[in-house]
Amino acid sequence: MGGKKTLTVLSSALAASLLLTACSGSGSEDASSASGETEVKFMHLWPEGSSKKHYDVVNEIIADFEAENEGVTIDLEVLSNEQYKDKLRVLSTSGDLPDVGMTWAAGFLEPYVGGNMFAPLDDVIEEELSDAFVPGTAEAYALDGTTYGLPLELNIVSLYYNNAMFEEYGLEAPETYEELLEVVDAFNEEGVQPIALGNRDAWTGSLWYMYLADRLGGADTLNKAIDRSGSFEDPALVEAAAKVQELVDRDAFVNGFNGLADEEAKSMFMSEQAPMYLIATWDLPNYTTNESVPQEFRDSVDYMNFPTVDGEGDTQSFVGGPGVGLFVAEESEVKEEAKDFAAYFVKAWGEQAVEKAGVIPATKVDAASLDLPQMYIDILDELNNASNITLFADVQMSPDTAQVHLDSIQALFGNEMTPEEFAKAHEDALSKE
Amino acid sequence: MKRKGHILIGGLSLSIFQNMGLNAMNKVMSNKLHIALYIAPALLLVSVLVFIPLILSGYYGLMDWDGIGAKTFIGLENYINGIQDSKFWDSALHSFLLAVFSTLSLAIYLAVSIILASKIKGADLLRKIYLIPMLLSSVAIAQLWIKVYNPSSGILNTFLRSIGIENPPNWLADPAIVLFAIFIPILWQYAGFYILIYYAALKNIPESLIEAARIDGATPFQIATRIKLPLIKEVVSVTIVLAIVGSLKYFDLIYVMTAGGPNGASEVMASYMYKLAFNSYNFGYGSAIGFLLLIITMIVTAIVRKVTATKERIEY
Repeated sequence: MGGKKTLTVLSSALAASLLLTACSGSGSEDASSASGETEVKFMHLWPEGSSKKHYDVVNEIIADFEAENEGVTIDLEVLSNEQYKDKLRVLSTSGDLPDVGMTWAAGFLEPYVGGNMFAPLDDVIEEELSDAFVPGTAEAYALDGTTYGLPLELNIVSLYYNNAMFEEYGLEAPETYEELLEVVDAFNEEGVQPIALGNRDAWTGSLWYMYLADRLGGADTLNKAIDRSGSFEDPALVEAAAKVQELVDRDAFVNGFNGLADEEAKSMFMSEQAPMYLIATWDLPNYTTNESVPQEFRDSVDYMNFPTVDGEGDTQSFVGGPGVGLFVAEESEVKEEAKDFAAYFVKAWGEQAVEKAGVIPATKVDAASLDLPQMYIDILDELNNASNITLFADVQMSPDTAQVHLDSIQALFGNEMTPEEFAKAHEDALSKE
Repeated sequence: MKRKGHILIGGLSLSIFQNMGLNAMNKVMSNKLHIALYIAPALLLVSVLVFIPLILSGYYGLMDWDGIGAKTFIGLENYINGIQDSKFWDSALHSFLLAVFSTLSLAIYLAVSIILASKIKGADLLRKIYLIPMLLSSVAIAQLWIKVYNPSSGILNTFLRSIGIENPPNWLADPAIVLFAIFIPILWQYAGFYILIYYAALKNIPESLIEAARIDGATPFQIATRIKLPLIKEVVSVTIVLAIVGSLKYFDLIYVMTAGGPNGASEVMASYMYKLAFNSYNFGYGSAIGFLLLIITMIVTAIVRKVTATKERIEY
């Protein structure tokens, strides 16, 4: 009997001591605010190892902010992309989000906003950033008319191609879908695999589908199908899926694309094994400034807007969207300072990002005043003249439906699904929401 | 000289242990407080890291929860959905296929171990070579095999083309073969582990038994199947359980190499669970699938243990 009792006492004592040590870690961190110093916790996802330039620009901005705002210090934590996502989720369940952090648009935001974790930022935009953003970018971070994120990046998707390879076989960059098919056939006859595609990641194939849908159905058809004012069974969207399979049947894409990651497809494009590659502007440094890519290759790469299809479509309509943006935690104890820092960061980032890190910011850029490679200037021009930017489908959709979309994309490209079944899978998933 | 001293020290310490140590030991073990002290740290760790999360995931399975916001209690709905989910059963089928192949491959490992244990030249070196995959991390193995399987520049397809096969398979992209293409590195990864276990068990068999069999005129094949195999039966049954349970909850190579694709063709139970919880933000449903995985694994383990149970104890 006595033994049992000691056992209980002992184990509860041990448990208590464990709990105490666990708590002491977080308890000490709030102490600094008592001494007149305000500490704003900031978490970002550009580690020094993999994103050196981003990392440096961030540090410069933080140093400037701290110099201008006496008594405010930024407590920095840096994680790589996937780890960042995991940590953010874990912190959110314990109500321990950083004061300022990074988020993605639309679907990613939803659960956090639903859980009341992110602060509305409309006041910040109104006061400090009115008219600063490229139209459509800040909107991607809005839910029910309230904006919860300040976008930092903007990417648009273009078809990059290897001019040297085109010249070698006497081919010209296609301006229509029909010409694209001809180019595909010509390369195949020469034994060159025409288009690099890593569809294991599936969002890559989604870009092809989205562009075909945009050209065939106009800017709104796909958006409407996703927000339920339209349908995936719209003839234009079914036709777009059919065109995807036409490309597959013509061997437009590299062998085994459904088993390749985007990284592998990229390396095929960059090692001149495949002459075309559909990707977003985040890859621009590889084709312009990145010194570790051979100069010869960088010189031979050019880009084109996605071709028209069946004589239809507006080549100034783009697929793309903002990448990461900043959020401010609703529960933050230093919310005012956090908002100030976020606004400051967005402005400073907008001024420095293109030149120093090769990132196209979501804030408007005056390309003429900057010393940039020609391809950047051209793309920034395209952006200024863009008639529409359709947000990446898997970002627009809720995470559940996005998964169905990505799986269906793989099945469509793998000829496991007909265009009609592809449409139906989306309808089923969306009607369940 | 040296050897003698060694024995002396050994004998000395043993006698000290006998005189004082054993008495003290008995005293310690009769005091319940002391027993508790010894057990508590391990018990605490196991509960915090294993049992509590197990119970929690069963509990989360009763919730409609995206992993971030509020939880809503929905009873057994997730579990019922799971049982009716054809994607879950597809992934379960893939896991069972992996279990079958892992178990069958044990026969190969056993054969290799018997050869290695029978004093052939270079056995030591070979044993080390078989162990190498075990020393690599799963992600490294996955990256290695992704390169091997690359449809255009991979070593496998380059070889197939060089012997005249014009359209070699797209190993990781073809839904009909992707599952088997992934099984190969998984089996390769664990070969060294099982060979090591078998090798140790075989080395434990007294030489005299084998000598006796040889004098009686048994062939090497007969010695392997009639003497060695029955003697390591218990070890074999343990490895069967290990292989099956390990296969049912297998995750890493599949996640890195195909992420369950294309379109679920290489999805297994654990990767499906991960996808639901972390990609679809359906934490409640993911937890329910995880709990079903646990139940399935426990049932299968119980059955396998029952089937492979040996009653007689082997003593040399």
